[in-house]
Amino acid sequence: MFSEEAKTQLDNLIKKYPKKKAALLPALWIAQEQYGGYVPPEALREVAEYLDLPPAEVEGVATFYTMYNKTPVGKYHIEVCHNIACMVVGADDLIEHIGDKLGIEKGDTTADRKFTLSGAECLGACANAPCLMIGPKYYENVTPELADKIVDELSRK
Amino acid sequence: MSEQPQILFKYRTVPGYDNIDVYQKNEGYTALRKAIKMVPDDIINELKLSGLRGRGGAGFPTHIKWNGIPKNWDRPHYLVINADEGEPGTAKDREIMNLMPHMLVEGCIIASWAIRANNCYIYVRGEYMEPIASVRKAVEQAYAAGFLGKNILGTGFDLDITVHQGAGSYECGEESALMSSLMGERGMPRHKPPSAPLPVISGVWNSPTIINNVETIATVVPIINIGGAEYSKWGTERSKGTKLFTISGHVNKPANYEIVLGTPIRKMLEIAGGPLNGKPLKFLIPGGSSTPLLPATDQYLNLAMDYETMGANGTMLGSGGLMFFNEDVSVPKLMTRLMHFYAHESCGKCTPCREGTNWLTKIHDRIMAGGGRYEDLDLLLDICNNIGGRSFCALGDAAAMPIQGAMRFFRNEYEALIPKESLSKRVFTPLPIAGAVR
Ligand SMILES: Cc1cc2nc3c(=O)[nH]c(=O)nc-3n(C[C@H](O)[C@H](O)[C@H](O)COP(=O)(O)O)c2cc1C
Ligand code: SF4
Repeated sequence: MFSEEAKTQLDNLIKKYPKKKAALLPALWIAQEQYGGYVPPEALREVAEYLDLPPAEVEGVATFYTMYNKTPVGKYHIEVCHNIACMVVGADDLIEHIGDKLGIEKGDTTADRKFTLSGAECLGACANAPCLMIGPKYYENVTPELADKIVDELSRK
Repeated sequence: MSEQPQILFKYRTVPGYDNIDVYQKNEGYTALRKAIKMVPDDIINELKLSGLRGRGGAGFPTHIKWNGIPKNWDRPHYLVINADEGEPGTAKDREIMNLMPHMLVEGCIIASWAIRANNCYIYVRGEYMEPIASVRKAVEQAYAAGFLGKNILGTGFDLDITVHQGAGSYECGEESALMSSLMGERGMPRHKPPSAPLPVISGVWNSPTIINNVETIATVVPIINIGGAEYSKWGTERSKGTKLFTISGHVNKPANYEIVLGTPIRKMLEIAGGPLNGKPLKFLIPGGSSTPLLPATDQYLNLAMDYETMGANGTMLGSGGLMFFNEDVSVPKLMTRLMHFYAHESCGKCTPCREGTNWLTKIHDRIMAGGGRYEDLDLLLDICNNIGGRSFCALGDAAAMPIQGAMRFFRNEYEALIPKESLSKRVFTPLPIAGAVR
């Protein structure tokens, strides 16, 4: 269920667009936050109700965009860019390195649900490659040593 | 870098430049104060004098686009900023939003005034949460300072800016798909002329809409400050001014650089610190992953980086994502990665692109796995020919063009991956229609 705060946030958002439907992507972002990092069917239904949209339409939109997680992800979602600018400066090795450290393969989540490791398409930090993102934060010029440090710090949290 | 004038990047490194007070101490909002006293046609005329062309990839003259906005129309006008920056190799708009968000905001206000829009939406790719926070902060500061909201600077002009977060789709950078996405739909492109009017007549919510790239809009600010004629002194006959380039790959100092259009590629390589650890370069991609590669030989390194020269050499300046690659990089391997990207990002609306990008990916995978057949090389080109010009939007072409470039210069690398027994006399017969390939 959306909190009262989330509802106020949504109401304010809706006012910014001439049509309510335009608030769909922002609403899905809020839903993802409210539901702990993913959008389960009930989240989609809630969004549909709030915006007076057919549930199927909301689902169609939510599944089109890769950043709305349809299944739960770990607390820290490590997304390593594997597109060409990062690839030629070691992105594949970096993914393998982080995977080895966490004991998982690309695409998996650790047993304690703390980390998910994914490959990502160009993150737009090509001049500081290789790069990765965890939640809202970017890490650039990532060496295996820096990756170890990041993972160690998050493990302690 | 003395001979490269820093028109956009002039104050980029000033500490706190992302804050309104520091920005204002460094010529910030002076262009707005000037522009708001000008009539829209005069602003558009300055752009015409400047020769500014869209920095998002296509290089369309900005003044022509703005001039198309209806003069007597009772519908609201909208300004939409394309901050989707998804083209692999391009990372310049992110830098503008992170370090100089007020220049984008100021540009948005001037542009909105010129096209008589009271609403502006900045559509930022979903991953850019830090740039989004930076631009949101700048927008709030601009409201507080009276540059946004009602009755801006006492002129009676009202403007609201909304920062809209995308959710992970390269295709949403295509302008009509971006408009769909902004309206809460799937990010699929819309009909274009002749079957539908241009966005400038009927864009978002069936209203006149101008859509421009972040850098294009930011560049309006210095153009108004120094004047269009002064700006146009830089660059070549038809590629005016400076442009931001993200120089990445195997160079010693990868970064975003502001470069005068028409600068030789060799000079840009030098500015970016030369080849990484001095290792010889093999090829370069001039303007983002969709632009066909060029070998890093004297012939091509001596080319001038401008729209016309790139076009005349079978490639494009694109969005300014200049990537260098050394001898360690296998062209087919790189293309395989790229094809996975395009297949993943194809929105699925039209068959040539949806199916074609998948076939290009599968054939690359099979070649890389050692199971390639000699016919595969011509098959790749044949599929490219069936995607190019036959797709609903330019993403299809964007996927096909890199392969055509790779085959033009590095076919030998593909051949080397095909098992010997298959490198036989088999002749390839081009397929009549795309749909017939299995
Ligand atoms: C698949 C595809 C992706 C695109 N991505 C972007 C993008 O991320 N940013 C951008 O400004 N333009 C992008 N474009 C170009 C836009 O369609 C459009 O030409 C541009 O936003 C116009 O702005 P400009 O005239 O200021 O360059 C893309 C085009 C295609 C076909
Ligand atoms: S070319 Fe067709 S399938 Fe590909 S992204 Fe454009 S509309 Fe979608």
